[in-house]
Amino acid sequence: MMRLNLLIDEFEGLLHIILKDLKAYYFKPPNISWGILFPLVLALAFTLKSPMASRELAPGLVATAALFGTTSMEAIVVTFEKRVKALERLIMAPISLLTLLIAKILGGVIFGFMISSIMVMISILILNCSIMDPILFLTALLLTLFALSSLGALIAFSVKEVFEAQTLSNYFRFPMLFLSGVFLPVNSMPLPLQIVAWIFPLTYSVEAFKISMSGLSTSTYPTIDLLVLLGYSLLLTYLSLIAIRKSLK
Amino acid sequence: MSTIISVKGLTKYYGNLLAVDHVTFNVFEGEIFGFLGPNGAGKTTTIKMLTGLTYPSDGTAIIGGYDLLKEIRLIKGIVGVVPEYSNLYSELSVEENLKFMAHLYHVRGERLNQRVDQLLKLFRLQDYRNISFGKLSRGLKRRVTLAAALVHNPKILFLDEPTTGLDVISARNLRRLLEDLRGQGITIFLTTHYIEEAEQLCDRVAIIVKGRLVALDTVESLRKVVGDAQILEVMFKSRVDKAKLTEYFNGEIVSFHGDRVRIICKDFGEMVEKMLKFSKTFNFEISSINTVKPTLEDAFVKLTGIESSWMLLEKGVK
Repeated sequence: MMRLNLLIDEFEGLLHIILKDLKAYYFKPPNISWGILFPLVLALAFTLKSPMASRELAPGLVATAALFGTTSMEAIVVTFEKRVKALERLIMAPISLLTLLIAKILGGVIFGFMISSIMVMISILILNCSIMDPILFLTALLLTLFALSSLGALIAFSVKEVFEAQTLSNYFRFPMLFLSGVFLPVNSMPLPLQIVAWIFPLTYSVEAFKISMSGLSTSTYPTIDLLVLLGYSLLLTYLSLIAIRKSLK
Repeated sequence: MSTIISVKGLTKYYGNLLAVDHVTFNVFEGEIFGFLGPNGAGKTTTIKMLTGLTYPSDGTAIIGGYDLLKEIRLIKGIVGVVPEYSNLYSELSVEENLKFMAHLYHVRGERLNQRVDQLLKLFRLQDYRNISFGKLSRGLKRRVTLAAALVHNPKILFLDEPTTGLDVISARNLRRLLEDLRGQGITIFLTTHYIEEAEQLCDRVAIIVKGRLVALDTVESLRKVVGDAQILEVMFKSRVDKAKLTEYFNGEIVSFHGDRVRIICKDFGEMVEKMLKFSKTFNFEISSINTVKPTLEDAFVKLTGIESSWMLLEKGVK
């Protein structure tokens, strides 16, 4: 009974931190307009450049939307709260640091889901893509969002300033964007780059999106993609927790 | 009186810097306990350790019967914290902030709405309930921050420099509120570098300097530290040169209080003579000379050896 009460308390804290973050930061008009414009512009840019290949690019575009949707705002939210010391309120509350961390990660997941969903709609309605395996697609998308949001949390909890978080995020984002098979299939890259590509979680996301969206042949099995994404989610969450604890020392 | 906070050998290092050095003290239930010291003395770090914002490097504490090192989550549930800065959420309204804090502290259902309404009324915030926290004045922000710390009816309230930056009226209102809270049985742990504030509010005062506790007693007992010595209080007709005066009375304990100068002295007559000589030599005409009852500040200056000019800087007096 005591354990159940504890779980209810933790869940309540988690839920209200997410709701507060969505209201105070994520769902502000400029962020919503960015969230709509970003996938639209991205899709338009690639459709204009290569109308025939745009369907093949759709999985990569969804992955890109997930990458930027999760990491951009979340890093700002966490570092901003650190700077104005509002994060201290959450640390001083009677909830565990893990609950606080997961709430922050889920805030990024929800915002990333919104942006990715817009990209999925564009892919279906404008680029004539279809989702052949919705369960695989949704599972891969959620795991991708969680893994990337955990990466955003790790970066945000490891630095002090907003600009540091943005700069550090770009060290991960841009190599991932160009090497994870978003624009160019991984197996067509030189071997050293292929090795680097298979280190990035986004590569497994793109592979899973490809097979679930268009049935395109991929270099991995979907189960492996999902397991790798799950592994990254757990590892990055654990490392973020260590980063929070370290900041309290 | 029963002990509600028992701190034993609490120590904090930031890298090689020793911020709090094996501090040991008890706080009794229902008292206002003052933690007095200049900036950088270790007051905020001590509060941070006691509220789970930073881990102690050594030592421990029992708060409300819970072990700081093992049961911090339970401690967090029975304490309220008012930090030095008003760090609620600028984007949320006063009511939303209070409700968010209530949810974080597991206040639910009808009790939540009742408590929020009660606090809005108590802190005269009803007219501001729908206003964004970021748009409030500094004084109102302090009131909302204090209300937020009380949303779960804590047993202990930690306040870190609560009146810093407030105008005189807001600071006085806040002090009255703290006295009311003491009347309700809440234990208040207050850090301040305003000596008058500690003197006016606190049942007992601990003085911390460079991370070490140098004194802990009631205000009355601390005043006695000055002992048989008398306080010579002098007012000058024109602005006195503090550097010259301090240099002239080198070795004496001198403190400045607005346009008044206080010197702790054993031999009153001798000191008056010396003061008259100073006045004549440097052409600072004296308007009055009195003896005054020792204050907590006099005791603080004597105990800590902190120069009066430093204390003035702490108060923002140029």
